[in-house]
Amino acid sequence: MAKLDITGISKIFNTVRAVDDFSLNVEDGELVCLLGPSGSGKSTLLRMIGGFETPTYGSISIDGEDITRLPPEKRPTGMVFQSHALWSHMNVFKNIAFGLKLRRLPQAEIRHKVETVLDLVGLQGFGKRLTHQLSGGQQQRVALARSLVLEPKILLLDEPFASLDQHLRERLREEVRDIQQRLKITTLFVTHAQDEALAVSDRIVVMRDGRSEQIARPAEVYREPATPFVAGFIGQMNLLNGEVRDGRFVHSAFNVPVTIAEGNAILAVRPEALAIAPASSEPMGHIHRVTDYGTHAMIDVELPDGERLKSSMPTADEWSSGQPVDLVPGAFALYRDNAVIYRSSRSNPASSAAPRKIRKPVHV
Amino acid sequence: MAAATDTQNLVAPPARVDFVGIGYAVVLSILIIFPLLVVGTWAFTDVWRYPNVVPQQFGLRFWNQTLTRADVWSALWLSLQLSTVVTLLSAAICLPAAYAFARMKFPGRNVLFFSFLAGHAFPKFGLLVAIAAIFLQLNLIGTFWGVVLIQLVGTLLFMIWIPVAAFQSVDRRMEEAARDVGASPLRVFWSITLPQAGPTIAAAILLSFVGTFYETEGAWLIGAPGIRTMPVLMITFINNQIVVQYGAVLSVLLWVPSFIALLFARRVIGGGAFARGFGA
Repeated sequence: MAKLDITGISKIFNTVRAVDDFSLNVEDGELVCLLGPSGSGKSTLLRMIGGFETPTYGSISIDGEDITRLPPEKRPTGMVFQSHALWSHMNVFKNIAFGLKLRRLPQAEIRHKVETVLDLVGLQGFGKRLTHQLSGGQQQRVALARSLVLEPKILLLDEPFASLDQHLRERLREEVRDIQQRLKITTLFVTHAQDEALAVSDRIVVMRDGRSEQIARPAEVYREPATPFVAGFIGQMNLLNGEVRDGRFVHSAFNVPVTIAEGNAILAVRPEALAIAPASSEPMGHIHRVTDYGTHAMIDVELPDGERLKSSMPTADEWSSGQPVDLVPGAFALYRDNAVIYRSSRSNPASSAAPRKIRKPVHV
Repeated sequence: MAAATDTQNLVAPPARVDFVGIGYAVVLSILIIFPLLVVGTWAFTDVWRYPNVVPQQFGLRFWNQTLTRADVWSALWLSLQLSTVVTLLSAAICLPAAYAFARMKFPGRNVLFFSFLAGHAFPKFGLLVAIAAIFLQLNLIGTFWGVVLIQLVGTLLFMIWIPVAAFQSVDRRMEEAARDVGASPLRVFWSITLPQAGPTIAAAILLSFVGTFYETEGAWLIGAPGIRTMPVLMITFINNQIVVQYGAVLSVLLWVPSFIALLFARRVIGGGAFARGFGA
């Protein structure tokens, strides 16, 4: 339970800026997810917090105490590695007890603590097993137990479920979230899987090229992405380059009223906010592919100029490849210069239940 | 029913005998085992004269004679001392060096690392003669420490290269995890790195010990006449004695350390370590 303050952290390898002037304040008991593609600097950032890399600039404090120059063994942090990094020459009990032994605790207390934490992660009685006798999920649980038993102020998780299958990932992340909330332990979680980030975090930090693109709650990151990158990275998103002219956003497929200054802009609309309707005359596009995901269907629509848009519809039954369709946008956002400049409001009829066909597009 | 008929008509496939494979195995076994058999038979022979295939008279006479010779026991004792001293010295010098090679970058690292091949890249006798000339100047010929030095050089390649591979194969994340739970760098080396690299390093130490025990040319050239190890003694017997049995008995005696080493190796190391040591 502690506050973590990261101020102006940068890490430069030769000429590469792995982390670029990053700042974040994590509240007591919060689970913050560092989300981003490979090479975005999230793991480097986590390793700097854990003490395994030294920042080139900036400082890190825990509960107001500057720990930037402290070696890992002196920091009140606990890290769970992606490869679990369990010590294969020790059994499960010794793996977890090692840190306690270093702190010279009495044997009885060590035994009690180890058994309590094994209980917590659902591995009662596993003490005598060797690490190679455990499944992937069990190994990660032991790795988690090894960190938790030392009651760290900050828990650091470095893509801990990356090597597990989908079902196990979902189960384990729910368990970890439960434990985290029960112990109220401040946690930083690195992942490149956005479903994971959206599912468990209190706040998400979307990272790109060492910088943070947006820091917000999951719902906000999903519904109101701050930049085109975040819009495209979280979930599926259709992004169209166009122009704002005479109070309308103009594009070969779209022509919607907007109340912003003229100039270039990028329109972002989610597949679930872009409905399609069978075309009467002069269709806006043709269906290129229909993919049935069971819960919904994803329909690729090809525009006359070759661009493709995705539309999510409830079922795949009514749609077939080659069918001419019209696009019916609901909620959308406009971006310019890497920032949001317009969001279609909730009261906008464009997002009401009844799909309304837009005017015929003006060809630019 | 069709099913019943099928079952009745089922015949076990004819056993395929790999005659070629068996043939090779037999020939190789004969080639390898035959000389050993001959030596072994000679060791337990009292009388064996041509043209008999089998000795006329078996016996342990020459065992008695060999084992009561003082020079045999002193040679054995000397060999053990030499091997132990060389191995310990080698470990003390080479293990920290191996750690440095494995983990640190320093100028000349690669050149230095491959330079250990040099001692094995040339004909051994040529090297030894040249070294003997130098040792002569240094008054090291015929001394214990002279032989130690020359045998030490022979162990350097394995005692550096194998431990380097061992240290390199230790998972770095394991060491980081240990520091994360509060271990100092020294404690990490002791509790994590060494146990992880241990089996492979044990293999290297064993190889060094046995290799040094059997090392002959160096001990002969540098050690003569004062220092005579078991292998040197064995060669002296074989070359200079008309009676074959002395050499045969010593040969059999010299199998013993190798045999013990093999037993130990299996227990301590297990399957993969040797291969891992060489980079598999």
